[in-house]
Amino acid sequence: MTVSMVKALNDGLRQALSDDPHVLLMGEDIGRLGGVFRVTDGLRKEFGDLRVVDTPLGEAGIVGAAIGLAMRGYRPVCEIQFDGFVYPAVNQIITQLAKLRHRSAGRISLPVVIRIPYGGGIGSIEHHSESPETYFAHTAGLKVVTCATPNDAFHMIRQAVAEDDPVVFLEPKRHYWTKGEVDPASALPLEQAVVRRAGTDVTLIAYGPTVPVALEAADVAAEEGRSVEVVDLRSLSPWDVTTVRASVHRTGRAVVVHEAAFSHGFGAEVAARLQDEEFHFLEAPVVRVTGYDTPYPPSRLESDWLPGVDRVLNAIDRSLSY
Amino acid sequence: MAHAVQDPPSETSLADPPIQLLDPAGNLGTDCRLPLDPATVDLPALYRDMTLVRRLDTEAIALQRQGELGLWPSLRGQEAAQVGAAYALYDRDMVFPTYREHGVAWCRGLDPVSLLGLFRGTTLGGWDPYEHHFNLYTLVIGAQTLHAVGYAMGLYRDGSTGSGDPERDTAVLAFLGDGALSEGETNEAFIWAAAQNLPVVFFCQNNQWAISAPYSVQSRIPAAQRAAGYGFPGIRVDGNDVLACLAATRQALDRARTGGGPTLIEAVTYRVNAHTTADDATRYRAAEETEDWTARDPLERLRAHLQSTGAVTDEYFTDLEARERDLAEQLRADCRALADPDASSPFEHTYARMPADLRQQLRQHMEFVPTGPQDGERT
Ligand SMILES: Cc1ncc(C[n+]2csc(CCOP(=O)(O)OP(=O)(O)O)c2C)c(N)n1
Repeated sequence: MTVSMVKALNDGLRQALSDDPHVLLMGEDIGRLGGVFRVTDGLRKEFGDLRVVDTPLGEAGIVGAAIGLAMRGYRPVCEIQFDGFVYPAVNQIITQLAKLRHRSAGRISLPVVIRIPYGGGIGSIEHHSESPETYFAHTAGLKVVTCATPNDAFHMIRQAVAEDDPVVFLEPKRHYWTKGEVDPASALPLEQAVVRRAGTDVTLIAYGPTVPVALEAADVAAEEGRSVEVVDLRSLSPWDVTTVRASVHRTGRAVVVHEAAFSHGFGAEVAARLQDEEFHFLEAPVVRVTGYDTPYPPSRLESDWLPGVDRVLNAIDRSLSY
Repeated sequence: MAHAVQDPPSETSLADPPIQLLDPAGNLGTDCRLPLDPATVDLPALYRDMTLVRRLDTEAIALQRQGELGLWPSLRGQEAAQVGAAYALYDRDMVFPTYREHGVAWCRGLDPVSLLGLFRGTTLGGWDPYEHHFNLYTLVIGAQTLHAVGYAMGLYRDGSTGSGDPERDTAVLAFLGDGALSEGETNEAFIWAAAQNLPVVFFCQNNQWAISAPYSVQSRIPAAQRAAGYGFPGIRVDGNDVLACLAATRQALDRARTGGGPTLIEAVTYRVNAHTTADDATRYRAAEETEDWTARDPLERLRAHLQSTGAVTDEYFTDLEARERDLAEQLRADCRALADPDASSPFEHTYARMPADLRQQLRQHMEFVPTGPQDGERT
């Protein structure tokens, strides 16, 4: 079945709602409207307004209330309308949601999913293109995942709902309308990275919105006689060092690609980990291709600002020049 | 099912009708709660500005349809609320808008094309907030209400409020939507303003909808009634009545300037168009509702008043139409002329002084920015 990522998420959520009566969806405009990206389209009609809840306009309220619902045995799936609007909820996410299991010595379980359409590249105005993943990945107690294909979207959203820990679920909005095959029988473990393309010269490590960029760069590099492996991380916290390590053993070189800013970004984590644990296998320093340490630019500039194929190819060249 | 979300009660079932000075037929009345001497008001100027603001909005929507703007939040139906409120301001008063206050911006004297850049994607700002005492648009719902509070704290510390000097006393006017009432930050702003008796007026345009959420999702009481819970006055006016909006805002700003503290004004109005050009209002609201409100058009009633009282001549309307056409033409030309910013611009002004590391990133970035004409190269 070939569907868009939006449809795959919609199907996954529908399945989750039917499988477990304790699952409920909450967010701004997710009911009548079906969400601004239509991810929840039709679900309120099907499951009613106690299962698909249009909330007041307050992100702290959405996440804070989800915590209480979870304590009462529910499994809330919260939609934050856009990446740039999660910040009013950050206090609840970081100081409460992430910590209550630990503080209660495991007595409190918070199976809450926070879905966030994220990343740039769709010509939006400010606050609609941000990459907040590391704020969450840096916080113990949260799981942070992101899907890059409709198949992953379908499976990962259901797995996230089934998780007993809070999951920040990042949806790369510029791929919402990209279609792909969904195979209901092909779920990988939620936390596992996957090799999207095999190669022997250099490993590209990407996630969410930059996976297609990495794949395209690998295609172009192949024309130039370079064999590039592409690893899709899928989960940022925890992240699958084993798969990345195995790939780097094959290639000896790693390039990390993400849209979030360079400094203190996820690429820094990957680079540090690889140089610490795989120093003897590395033929070159780990190279990062990322957004810059500036605010996300006005949309007229985003195509140059975002890490594109040229910059990835240049990074591959740099890596191979050692 | 006790907590099931009901469909919205109609706006009128929530409370007494809002205060009105100019009725939908164009008759001017009085209300002791809002004393206004019509002689102090330039009615033809109000009508002119409302008309031009509507044209600005209509033109911006057309530009969006032609692909010149990525998005536009329409103010149609809210002209009276915005122009009325703006007419109550002194030049030195500071305004903190949301993203929909094009009418206030117009009355503050901003070049209307500067409103387009944010939505065209050429800028994240677009104007100097100090030049016309009109702050940048705020896309994060509710955030500006706290900035207004802080600015008002500054006025107090500067002795620019309650000084007794009418040339000096200054106030702050913060705009918000009905959806914004639900954000924690808005409620913090109300608390701070009340506790410190700050010279800030919160002007809530209750246009009945926050994207697809009807007012009943945010509140079971009228916005104006909330003010009492924080400890300052709330007033509910007909937001399609420019005179009521002007009178209420003038009264509240006067009180704020002279040390009387905050006020919450609820202007009951309606968002005639969809939330933005990206939104599809047919998915969540009934056409009859929109028709019903359109019949209460804020421009029509003032026009009716001007005509029935003979306050203006036919020439006034002919001139105004010519001005509308000029404005539309100017907007079309100037919008297309809005240049893309320099590739280096995201790096500039990120810090007061660019850190060395960022300068290095800028150099790297410029190596990848295509210069000159490109044809089909890889990105
Ligand atoms: C913190 C935050 N959350 C969500 C959004 C997305 N959003 C943009 S406008 C809007 C509705 C705003 O409604 P209201 O405050 O009534 O103002 P209106 O647009 O009706 O004038 C929403 C939910 C946002 N901009 N900021």
